Amino acid sequence: MAKRVELDSLSCFYGKFRAVDDVSMTIEPKSVTAFIGPSGCGKSTVLRSLNRMHEVTPGARVEGRVLLDEEDIYAPDVDAVNVRRTIGMVFQRPNPFPTMSIFDNVASGLRLNGVRNKAVLEESVERSLRGANLWEEVKDRLKKPGAGLSGGQQQRLCIARAIAVQPAVLLMDEPCSALDPISTLAIEDLINELKDEFTIIIVTHNMQQATRVSDVTAFFTIAGTGQPGKLIEMDTTSKIFSNPGEKRTEDYVTGRFG
Amino acid sequence: MTSTAPAAPGRSRLLQERRTVPDRGFRVLVIAAAYVVLAILAGIAIFLVLKAVPALHKDTANFFTTFAWNPDNTPAQFGIGVLAYGTLVTALLALVIAIPVALGVALFIAYYAPRALAQPLGYLVDLLAAVPSIVYGFWGLLFLRPYSAGLQTWVARYFSWTHVLGTSTGTVGQSFFLAGTVLAVMILPIVAAISREIFLQVPQTQREAALALGATKWEMIKWSALPYARSGIASAAVLGFGRALGETIAVAIVLSTNYELVSKLLSPGGNTIAANIALTYSDAGQVGTGALIASGLVLFVITLVVNLVARAIARQSTPAGSVV
Repeated sequence: MAKRVELDSLSCFYGKFRAVDDVSMTIEPKSVTAFIGPSGCGKSTVLRSLNRMHEVTPGARVEGRVLLDEEDIYAPDVDAVNVRRTIGMVFQRPNPFPTMSIFDNVASGLRLNGVRNKAVLEESVERSLRGANLWEEVKDRLKKPGAGLSGGQQQRLCIARAIAVQPAVLLMDEPCSALDPISTLAIEDLINELKDEFTIIIVTHNMQQATRVSDVTAFFTIAGTGQPGKLIEMDTTSKIFSNPGEKRTEDYVTGRFG
Repeated sequence: MTSTAPAAPGRSRLLQERRTVPDRGFRVLVIAAAYVVLAILAGIAIFLVLKAVPALHKDTANFFTTFAWNPDNTPAQFGIGVLAYGTLVTALLALVIAIPVALGVALFIAYYAPRALAQPLGYLVDLLAAVPSIVYGFWGLLFLRPYSAGLQTWVARYFSWTHVLGTSTGTVGQSFFLAGTVLAVMILPIVAAISREIFLQVPQTQREAALALGATKWEMIKWSALPYARSGIASAAVLGFGRALGETIAVAIVLSTNYELVSKLLSPGGNTIAANIALTYSDAGQVGTGALIASGLVLFVITLVVNLVARAIARQSTPAGSVV
């Protein structure tokens, strides 16, 4: 079930350094939201704090709340492991498990959730691979290692792995930055299909990509090195790219800065 | 040297002479180092063969199947069987005990310990490697033997049905088990240190792949760290095994040696190639010395074979075509 994500005064820290300052926003279910902004503006950090991957870095922590349909994922009695089983993530570089077969890669999340029934696993591996537009290419070699696929195929494998557990939200951290244009197009098409089922948040450096895939765009920036990143403005993608409310946004999207 | 002179006016940069002298010099140094190692190895092998062959000719028994060591008798009768067996058994035992502990220590330092604790703990483990082996020998004999006697007796009583974990004399003590335990402590640092370095090298993308799916720490280790580290752990194990095979003085102190085929690990007795050399070299006659050198040659070959096998394993278990 796709869920709403609400950030309430979220600040992210690396040790004493405040990397992101006071971000509040609401992300509607079954929509695609793009995070854009210059390098170091904290957009990836915000993304990683939405499934509590931020805290994997030693010394990293957050302040504020992140609500998933009213439930605070940072509440004291919430286990980060359960948060990550509910909110999927796709990374910059494709990272399938190198020693696992294609099938096992996709089934890995389900197995973590205790699914052992072979028929159930087979059914949902096929559904996820179809969902990731990869099924036709790999259906005859499901037992082969996932590492043998091309970069674009590997990234779609990682998307299949992430959606196999039916996450409430799918986070994508520059999912196309290591891919060629054709593979990028395949992933973008896929994002358009996936938003019928999932809430998707994507970090991208590519502004054309943001206009192609997202409904809503959030622009982050920093005042300078050592300063915290801030959310400048968030609006429909068409508004951000045609008639933004802030001068800084306009400078960035028109290429005059960053 | 024209090679270091600035380009002559009007002459293209592309046509300048290559600065080959430092490059060649370094190349020669590196090649020399490689050949020195080969030469030393060959020298040892030749020495062992030359000294061993005359003694082997005097051996009236079969060198490989005889379970006795009387090279200075007339006629000389000695065989490597007992010694090779004891060497392999103690080293294997050491490996079986050391690997789980070493992996535990390495995983703890790499993934569990807070940074403030991880570093000093790493140093402490490395320090274990700096203790002279004779100290381990006396520690095993004077501390571990009396203090593990209760455990050994208990194991012998309740597990004697396994045959292996029993004693044939009714007593326990200076057994393969004790020697294996001491060796385990001695090889622990090298196995732990190498494993730790490999665990620290597991790519972040791999660890995050597991964590982002909702893997617990153990599941992350099982899916990301251990598969990545497999071949490295195998290499670490082999290095440890090699050290255990060749360890001399600690085993010589700990074992109460004899030349019988001790099949029960808790029975006092048994012997290893290296320990036998250390204990009998000073009293050996001419044939005896040659026989000991022949045993050294066997140890040399065993170590070589173990290393080759391990390399084959390490190559095989490296994930093919993995993108890191």
